[in-house]
Amino acid sequence: MKYKDYYKTLGLERNADADAIKKAYRKLARKYHPDVSKDPAGEEKFKDVAEAYETLKNADKRAAYDQLGSHQSGQDFRPPPDWEKRYADNGFAFDDADLADLFAGLAGGRQRGGQAGGGQRFDVPIPGQDFEVSAQISLEDAYRGTLLDLNLSIPEYDENGRLRRVPREFKARIPKGATDGQRLRLPGKGGKGFNGGRDGDLYLDIALNPHPLYRVSGHDLYLDLPLAPWEAALGTRVEVPTLGGNVRLKIPPGTVAGQKLRLTGRGLPKPRAEGAGDFFAIVQIAVPATLSEREQALFKELADVSTFDPRGHFKQEAKNDK
Amino acid sequence: MTNERMDALWLDAHHEISFTQLAESSGASADELRELVEHGALTPTDPRSTEWTFTGNCVVTVRTARRLRSDFDLDPHALALALAFVSRIGALEAELRELRAQLPRRLL
Repeated sequence: MKYKDYYKTLGLERNADADAIKKAYRKLARKYHPDVSKDPAGEEKFKDVAEAYETLKNADKRAAYDQLGSHQSGQDFRPPPDWEKRYADNGFAFDDADLADLFAGLAGGRQRGGQAGGGQRFDVPIPGQDFEVSAQISLEDAYRGTLLDLNLSIPEYDENGRLRRVPREFKARIPKGATDGQRLRLPGKGGKGFNGGRDGDLYLDIALNPHPLYRVSGHDLYLDLPLAPWEAALGTRVEVPTLGGNVRLKIPPGTVAGQKLRLTGRGLPKPRAEGAGDFFAIVQIAVPATLSEREQALFKELADVSTFDPRGHFKQEAKNDK
Repeated sequence: MTNERMDALWLDAHHEISFTQLAESSGASADELRELVEHGALTPTDPRSTEWTFTGNCVVTVRTARRLRSDFDLDPHALALALAFVSRIGALEAELRELRAQLPRRLL
């Protein structure tokens, strides 16, 4: 079993009192809690902090933890020889449990139908734990729907009330139309219930991978559409790639940069066949990075001939100020 | 690799669930749910009805509430306030995402 230094996780000395433990936990929870923090590593850090606090805030668990002595974090260690014998009936499984499961077992073994020290039995149904995992999918998968392979390791109580990590492997069908931040539920796929309690659920938090062409807002898609200056001025027809295939888009004469051209219903499908979001092509005016002599000559000729003043309104404003 | 497949279910405003289903799905007790409604952190579809129903995304609200309460040791009033902030941040982030999506990529 790997040792975890709970005191170090909370930034505490080993003789810290209960008040100092609570204060250290609250400070770190405010910093790393996934509902508060935007730090991508925050959730993992918070799990470590919560695990440390869960053990150290409880006098019994803390005393049991202190008995393990002090080791380097991550170092392999054996619990004291009398431990397994002392706590085995309370649901501890030393071989394949990690430290968090072991201390959860200290409380769990007493509640979950195991023989507590005094021989008292509690046979109340205990529901399985719910879990939430992030599911990264591509925009193409969101458009068509997909089968997602899930490989999870879930702590579960066996028939003797011992906590073990159980591997779970299955495929979840993600319906088309799931977008960023969408939550989906897989009933009964969380931890197993104990003593007849219901099985927990698994929640999927959908996150879309960034796409090289499209940006997503809800079910709408946005694409940058670069046009040459003469295409924007004269109008044209261009092929635009959408998730459902190429679409020919009419560019009206006099199209300006930033203009949004909408293709209704060509965005991501909405749940339950309620249509689809829209697709917006946002016009950009692109100029060649280098010009051939002929191109340069034609642009100069255009500059000489044209009376167009794109900054005419500056002068108008200046006149109004006088 | 197992061949077991199952459908993921939507959790959103289009799906209506009963009080009991919300309690089961979120793991909250009936008292916890009533307290959230009382403090304005959770709103039934029709608050005047004798049998409350909720939209599917309330499961997310209640799960967040339970997490915040247990992780930060919040009283009901502070919890309702924290949930109001979480919801407001969510709405602002959605607005920000929408505005960012409209900006040309090279400006991002």
